[in-house]
Amino acid sequence: MRASAIRVVDLRVVRGDAVVLPGLSCEVEAGSVTGLLGPSGSGKSTFLRAIVGVQKVVSGAVDVLGHAAGSTALRSRIGYMTQAPSVYGDLTVRENLVFFARVLGEPETAVERVLAEVSMEEFRGRLVGRLSGGQRARVSLAAALLGEPDLLVLDEPTVGLDPVLRRDLWELFHSLTEGGTTLLVSSHVMDEADRCHALLLLREGKLLAHATPAELRRQTGQENLEDVFLHLIEERA
Amino acid sequence: MSVRITRAVALRVVNQLRRDPRTIALIVGVPCVLMVLLQQLFGRHSPVFQSVGTPMLGLFPFITMFLVTSITMLRERTSGTLERLMTLPLHKIDILAGYGLAFGLVAVVQATVVSLLALGLLGLDVAGPNWLVVVLAVGNAILGSTLGLFVSAFAETEFQAVQFMPALVLPQILLCGLFVARDQMAAWLRALSYALPLTYAYDALARTAADEIDDVWFAVDCLVIVGSIALAIALGAATLRRRTA
Repeated sequence: MRASAIRVVDLRVVRGDAVVLPGLSCEVEAGSVTGLLGPSGSGKSTFLRAIVGVQKVVSGAVDVLGHAAGSTALRSRIGYMTQAPSVYGDLTVRENLVFFARVLGEPETAVERVLAEVSMEEFRGRLVGRLSGGQRARVSLAAALLGEPDLLVLDEPTVGLDPVLRRDLWELFHSLTEGGTTLLVSSHVMDEADRCHALLLLREGKLLAHATPAELRRQTGQENLEDVFLHLIEERA
Repeated sequence: MSVRITRAVALRVVNQLRRDPRTIALIVGVPCVLMVLLQQLFGRHSPVFQSVGTPMLGLFPFITMFLVTSITMLRERTSGTLERLMTLPLHKIDILAGYGLAFGLVAVVQATVVSLLALGLLGLDVAGPNWLVVVLAVGNAILGSTLGLFVSAFAETEFQAVQFMPALVLPQILLCGLFVARDQMAAWLRALSYALPLTYAYDALARTAADEIDDVWFAVDCLVIVGSIALAIALGAATLRRRTA
């Protein structure tokens, strides 16, 4: 196993009265695509927010690329895509990306590169507010790709995309790992799980499993990953 | 603080406003219409128009920028873009300075147009230097912006943000000396007026209109305005949290 890009020890997060993550521990291998899977409300977004350092945590340690999560040193090394597309609706696709490129100190050529990576070149002059949900999500993803970060934290990046685009994006994710990038991608769609090197199965804030898709199949004797998940839940009950 | 990032934020905010020509028309047009109404209501040579006109030139930018900034910042908070910005290599002060720069620029346009109209066509007489009226109006706009940034943290919806205007701005307008001279106020009201930044903004404009800028109180007014801006920025920065629940 290669070095860990993320190391989480006993992470506890409480939002209001709800204990979202009661005490989560895991590691994410560098240079891989790790899928964070679980139903809506299982704590996926909270977990990702803790890793990028924008979530208030009660206790526990989150170590990212050798630094404590949220450290200044990490801010130019992490690309983060929030679940709701965090881009400006009253700016064009290009204006949005030029803004984020300037903040990162990237040249404007980087904007054209990320536009091509998410196949949005033809929409560069369109107002983001007039785009479809899936297109807006791709602009948000493009912004996260600026600056060629070492770690990409993507919260449901493929929601609402057609199958061809989804396949293209997963190819992009894999090609990024060849350059050493680590990806942590959340999804609630099980059919995306097979595209990940490793899976973190999350339910009600607890880690049900952390293994490769093949290992999970072997452990549970199930072929379908949806059934793997069900099997693991029932096993715990 | 980074000049590159501050400039990027300012350009972005200006770009967003540019996409909304109706808002720009309202920002510049409404004070002009109100100024015309004021002049027609009291008459060109009436002491009321002549004494109230100049402070109004500073109040308009204060009110508009307070509203526009608090809503823009609230949108930034609720849309998730602020959360994204907080994961990027920038300082909170870059965001605040960028906003201040952008809305300061809008204020220059607004204050210049309204001042030209009032001092030219409407016959408002300012004994002090005319350029100082515009400078003070821009100062008021920046003060309004920074206060708007700060209070946006306490609003969860745009409805709430809009209500902060009457809640925080109207009392200041009532007590600043515009309606009743401050030395004629009940003692507790006068004491309260000393604690409100708009009092000093009003006083500075009134003194400019009366050519009393050599008075020591004019210098005090300017210092308090600058101090209030600094304080509002500090408070605003404190409300921009990297980590949220």
